[in-house]
Amino acid sequence: MSVVMKSGDVPRYNASERVNHWVVAITFVLLAASGLAFFHPAFWFLTSLLGGGVWARILHPFIGVVMFVFFAVMAVRYWKENVIESYDREWNKRMSDVINNRDHNLPEIDKYNIGQKQLFWVMVVTMVLLLVSGVMLWRPYFADAFSISLIRIAAVVHAVSAFLLILGTIVHIYAGIFWVKGALRAMTRGSVSHAWAKHHHPLWYRRVTGAAKK
Amino acid sequence: MQSLDVQKRSATTTTPPSVRVAEQPVAKLIDISKCIGCKACQIACMQWNDLRDEIGTTTGVYDNPMDLTDQSWTVMRFTERETADGRLEWLIRKDGCMHCEDPGCLKACPAPGAIVKYGNGIVDFVSANCIGCGYCIAGCPFNIPRISKNDNKAYKCTLCSDRVAVGLAPACVKTCPTGAIQFGAKTEMVTYGKKRVRDLVDRGYQKAGLYDPQGVGGTHVMYVLQHGDQPELYNGLPSDPKISPWVSMWKGITKPLLSIGLGLAVLGAAFHYVTRGPKEEEPGGKS
Repeated sequence: MSVVMKSGDVPRYNASERVNHWVVAITFVLLAASGLAFFHPAFWFLTSLLGGGVWARILHPFIGVVMFVFFAVMAVRYWKENVIESYDREWNKRMSDVINNRDHNLPEIDKYNIGQKQLFWVMVVTMVLLLVSGVMLWRPYFADAFSISLIRIAAVVHAVSAFLLILGTIVHIYAGIFWVKGALRAMTRGSVSHAWAKHHHPLWYRRVTGAAKK
Repeated sequence: MQSLDVQKRSATTTTPPSVRVAEQPVAKLIDISKCIGCKACQIACMQWNDLRDEIGTTTGVYDNPMDLTDQSWTVMRFTERETADGRLEWLIRKDGCMHCEDPGCLKACPAPGAIVKYGNGIVDFVSANCIGCGYCIAGCPFNIPRISKNDNKAYKCTLCSDRVAVGLAPACVKTCPTGAIQFGAKTEMVTYGKKRVRDLVDRGYQKAGLYDPQGVGGTHVMYVLQHGDQPELYNGLPSDPKISPWVSMWKGITKPLLSIGLGLAVLGAAFHYVTRGPKEEEPGGKS
């Protein structure tokens, strides 16, 4: 399948996928801000992003449902490409090369590297945990249906899941915007350069362009 | 209550106002052996606090209303039981906020200043700061706070903090016709409670006791129980109430630990950038 665009770039995400991603991203920021505000007083000022403490409490769960639904679409779209393969494990063993930017002797990988794949699965698990525990904490609509001892457990599950999700997303934002130059345009304009695709995701590059291995 | 010290303030990491050094911890003592279940205290509470609960329905027991609500900050819990020698025993417990020395509600509350504990020990909800999240319900070991369906704020007994601040006894204390509810300095109430316990022991209640549970640091509402060894008899009064370990985990060590973890992750990313630098896009790539 050869889908090389006229411009000579390699398409990575179509418009619908990009909108989907950014809906999740925007809702994530609002949720992380209000959630952290409820978590620790040091972050309380972030409630003003949603119009104060009461509005943050009212809106947080609704925004959470929007994030979950849109993330679920992403999970369906990308889960196959995030199955961890043997070359990913090999790549993982060279993590110090990855961190120190010695990329040339890394094994060839497909559309996502193991870090991206791990983030994907962390997100799948934490999003489900956040939804389930979040519904149990949701006042005034649902919390009354659950026992107080269950709500206490849900609060811990919600906090720890959110921590993992935010931690993963910090790495994701750093890698996508700052660390790996040329990556961000995949999610803003939809395509990456040939050189970028060949360098970071050679198996994927050959798969989508039909280019031969040098 | 600007005239009172604030000993603890929800979601606050700095020292709350606390210059007054002579403030006495207070306590309310409810002597269950003297209670006749007249509910005058419920009425006094309604009157003083301008509360009017919805008219409920009779369910065949004396409990009315059946549970604490945002409009009923205290309710009488009636328990009928048969003693070993076949007598009927009627245990009537005035339920409501226990005003814990270590309040679980305050520990769980995320809204700065929505729950305060005054220098005199009274735990009060400052409704204007309440965001309606219900975390206080999860934090409370006694299942006391109730959220109003009208304004989504949490409510409970204030121990008449407004009356106490100007030297009056709580409304329920003032109205109690048998003297079953007493109010004063905590030390005096403990002394008085122990005297009442001795009296009960003399009269055959070998296990009578003063309920001032140390698992929550003691309480500013105490009970004299005929059966001090079995608080559960009194409509499930917990024998060893504590802030749940889940709440301690959630609002204890995880709070600073996870917050610092996130801060370190951001710092780590920034330092990675300035020490290792980015993965530059290879030249030769058409852009």
